[in-house]
Amino acid sequence: MASDEDSDEDFVTYGTPLEPLEEDEPVRKPVPVHEQTVKDEKGRYKRFHGAFTGGFSAGYFNTVGSQEGWTPSTFVSSRQQKAEKPNVRPEDFMDEEDFSEHGIAPREIVTTDDFASGKKDQLKDKAKAVSSLAALIPGDTGLLEELIAPARSSIGVELLRKMGWKDGQGVGPRLKRKQRKQNDDAVKVYGCAFPPNGSEESEDDDEFAPENVSFAPKDVVPVDFTPKVDSHGLGYRGLNPLQALGGGSETGHINLFTLQSDRTTSLFGDRNSGQQRRGGIGGQAFGVGAMEEEDTDIYHKDSMSNYDNVLGGEEPGDGLYGWTAPQQDKNDGFESLVRSHCRSSSFSSFINLFVYPPPDLPRDYRPVHYFRPVVDSSTVSPIVAQALQASRGHLSQDAPQQGRHSLDSSQRCDMLGETPLQGPSSVFELLGSKDRERLNEIRRAATEQNKSALSSRFQSIAPQPDSHTQSQTSPTKSQASSETQMALKAWSGPTADASKTFKPFAENPQKQARYDLYINKLKQGNKDALESSLDSSMTEWERGRERDEFVRAALLYKPSNSSLSSRFTRSKHEDDTDSVEVTRDQENDVDDKQAAVKMKMFGKLTRETFEWHPDKLLCKRFNVPDPYPGSSTVGMPKVKRDKYSVFNFLTITDSSQVSRVAPSAPKPPSSSSTLPHLTPEVSNKKSRWDIPGQEPKDPLSAFLSETRSEVLAAKNQTDSPHAIATPEVPLKKQKKKDKEKHKAKKHKKEKKKKKNKKHKHKGKQKKRVEESNSSSDDTDSNSEDENRVVSTSELLQRSELIF
Amino acid sequence: MAFPQPRPQAPQLPQHLLRTIECQQGAVRAVRFNADGNYVLTCGSDKSLKLWSASRGTLLKTYTGHGYEVLDVDSSYDNSQLCTCSSDKTVILWDVASGQVTRKLRGHAGKVNCVQFNEEATVMLSGSIDGTVRCWDTRSRRYEPIQILDEAQDGISSLKVSEHELLIGSVDGRVRRYDLRMGQLHVDFIGSPITCVCFSRDSQCTLSSSLDSTVRLLDKSSGEMLGEYSGHVNKGYKLDCCLSDKDTHVLSCSEDGHVYFWDLVEGSLTLKLPVGKAVVQSLSFHPTEPRLLTAMEGHVQVWGAEPEDAAVEDKL
Repeated sequence: MASDEDSDEDFVTYGTPLEPLEEDEPVRKPVPVHEQTVKDEKGRYKRFHGAFTGGFSAGYFNTVGSQEGWTPSTFVSSRQQKAEKPNVRPEDFMDEEDFSEHGIAPREIVTTDDFASGKKDQLKDKAKAVSSLAALIPGDTGLLEELIAPARSSIGVELLRKMGWKDGQGVGPRLKRKQRKQNDDAVKVYGCAFPPNGSEESEDDDEFAPENVSFAPKDVVPVDFTPKVDSHGLGYRGLNPLQALGGGSETGHINLFTLQSDRTTSLFGDRNSGQQRRGGIGGQAFGVGAMEEEDTDIYHKDSMSNYDNVLGGEEPGDGLYGWTAPQQDKNDGFESLVRSHCRSSSFSSFINLFVYPPPDLPRDYRPVHYFRPVVDSSTVSPIVAQALQASRGHLSQDAPQQGRHSLDSSQRCDMLGETPLQGPSSVFELLGSKDRERLNEIRRAATEQNKSALSSRFQSIAPQPDSHTQSQTSPTKSQASSETQMALKAWSGPTADASKTFKPFAENPQKQARYDLYINKLKQGNKDALESSLDSSMTEWERGRERDEFVRAALLYKPSNSSLSSRFTRSKHEDDTDSVEVTRDQENDVDDKQAAVKMKMFGKLTRETFEWHPDKLLCKRFNVPDPYPGSSTVGMPKVKRDKYSVFNFLTITDSSQVSRVAPSAPKPPSSSSTLPHLTPEVSNKKSRWDIPGQEPKDPLSAFLSETRSEVLAAKNQTDSPHAIATPEVPLKKQKKKDKEKHKAKKHKKEKKKKKNKKHKHKGKQKKRVEESNSSSDDTDSNSEDENRVVSTSELLQRSELIF
Repeated sequence: MAFPQPRPQAPQLPQHLLRTIECQQGAVRAVRFNADGNYVLTCGSDKSLKLWSASRGTLLKTYTGHGYEVLDVDSSYDNSQLCTCSSDKTVILWDVASGQVTRKLRGHAGKVNCVQFNEEATVMLSGSIDGTVRCWDTRSRRYEPIQILDEAQDGISSLKVSEHELLIGSVDGRVRRYDLRMGQLHVDFIGSPITCVCFSRDSQCTLSSSLDSTVRLLDKSSGEMLGEYSGHVNKGYKLDCCLSDKDTHVLSCSEDGHVYFWDLVEGSLTLKLPVGKAVVQSLSFHPTEPRLLTAMEGHVQVWGAEPEDAAVEDKL
């Protein structure tokens, strides 16, 4: 058959065949060791987690859950569908790797107990194996059964077999001399033991034992350490109902006092049963059975020495050593050692064996441990600390460093012994020395300016009205010039090019172009860069504004060192953010008001009025008509403002500029106290008011605008239908008159007014209204310029009044 | 008229202690008369609000539902509803008869210092330490405020409502008056943190007390100061001030355990009413009669112009 080429298929093949080599195929290079990687069945790298099988490869790449994440099972229970009590098995928490061949719970085909032939008892197996050797037909016990039943030998047995071990032999090195035959045949004697028969020993000696033959050690039947669970006396076995009633086939007599040795022997197929029974306990307590042959004295006294006092009993003298039993068997193993001791000595001496002498105690041993208090060396006096140190050996060294959180990074670095990081520790180290100097200069200049501005502010309320313009304009002018100087200083020199610098006026390309021109000229060190770069066709006011803006922008967006600027990326969404919502009417300077409060000049100086839109529903609930029908705004009107407008930066450098620039701002300051339908008119006036040639940076302008707005408001309110309801105008008129008269103290007048108010007479009120009408006529007839003159004069009067 | 008007009878001041009510509700944070002055409401630091009879001093009802101490209370014009505010950031609208919470309004970010109904009890206004005044609608079931007034730059300490005006005092040292009819906001700068604001009864003036131990009477329309009253101590507490029933006197609590009465016109100290040793936390003046409530620690005192027995005799 083997020679037949056609019958290749008949061959039985094991394993996977190698791929057939093709002739023209290049020789494959073997994969080097470092490239050989172990992967699991999913193609991922196998990580070894523990010994041999790799322990757990837990979950999904060592995480809980799956690729989609971990989803906990949700508990759902309803009336119709009660939640089932989940019967959780350990397998639910295992991975498939664990079920594989080398996992912790391999799933392989296993004979279940149903198909196994009876309960396999390891002890029984062993005993059977041992006894089978001595049987007439070797292995007659259950030989047939073993043929059918699947073999279930452990890996240890398999290995032993591979090494030449045979069933029934002992394990261990082979022995030269055959084991001395024991008195295995001796009948177990209770009561007085017969002296040992000398003939037996001679028999043993006579046995054939060639010198050059070594013997396997005698196999040892393991002691059956079945725990004692019943409450019977030692060695007593209760009536086994099966044995008693069902009729034990072999034992006609129910022996309640079988000893351990008997029990073990009974495992061996009761080969010596008859012999043993004959020499066994005669059953003095239970009479003599009918089947008993020997009815020797049944009244003999039993002594306790006949009983074993150890569990386990005597080694069965079954004489199964054959020709392999070693002679020294008695003395190897703990078990035999114990037994020998038991025999030789009393029970108490057996106990004494395990009593060890107490350990030697050191001389200075004290049975109580005393915890010494930890004392911070910094809190106690040095003498105490020293004493403590002497007594204890060491003081708590780490006391002064209060926790690791109080350390900074460099300290921690020192403690850990790390090398400090290279490179600058502060942003300012990135700047060049020149730049740093410049920064310091700017700082110094700013503080000085603050001081001068503060002093000038409080001078502005000074009594001399003529000095107002001079005292206020001179610092502002000098301030402006110093700013241009600063801008020049910042931009001149080899700094970053214009392309890299910030474009504050990107929205208005023309303005940006002008700004760029200005910056370029600054860089060249041009002294009059500002004036020359401005558009000459613009109005003076516009130019003034732009001049301000440019200088400020130049200062704000100073070229930074290129190394520094390269670290920051410009945001891409500038369009969205370059305008901010600001409430249109900003509050005036607080410092002025504070001063007014100090002088108890409540009224115009402390009062501010804003436009405010109540919610429609709120008006409805208050039973008040909506003051702004058709307006959708609620609260203070907001305006979108250029984020990079100068007016948003005004507070950055110096708050004193607020009063200076505010009147020239595009927002109408006068509108703050006027009604909305007047605002377009007001805005017109604002541009008219800024006549070129006039100094718009007058500190008085704030007051001017205020007074002007007052007049406007008065005019407006007389026009408006609410005028009758608000007694503002007549009161004001009256007040003005009072002031012109300079008659009495202010407080008294107010009190008088208050009194008047309390006793409201209709006629009086009417009169007031008439009065206000006439006054409004007056203001109407006045031109705008005259208005201003009037208001300034009033202001001057007022200031005279104060001081 | 030929003859000068007879000199009006000197106003009587509530200087006789009629009774002391032990409130049993911790410190009394605020004491208020109801709209007609027949009942007394006390806000306790034990989260409860109590309603008392003003004439007999008996406890009528206890309202519980706040999660922290109650800070202010106001009653509606028809005595059917109460609104309270508390440190638990809520404003509660109560039904007086049943004592049930009609509405619990959340929205403030901090404790709510003061609360007021408008004239028709259609809107509740609450001022909080978070710097906002919220206008809550009592008519609709909306839980959002109608409007939020967030112009104040610091916490709101006091607020009063007139027909069409809201008077709001803030810790930023400004008294703001929102005029709904004109659609205007008037800001009066006082400088020192405001503790209490009031309208005068003729609603032509505003009274504001501030932490510089001064009470100022300002003209409402122009913002000019008509009177300045000092002598009391108000440095750290949020103390109340008010005007008497006929606007003849200005009253203020004081931290030295007195209530100060100043003549409104003269500005002179008329009476220094000794209340106790501790701080007089809150006071409330009867809307029509010369009767005063003061709160100190855990009790409330009722003061009248005449001794109690005389008043009883009058009634008999």
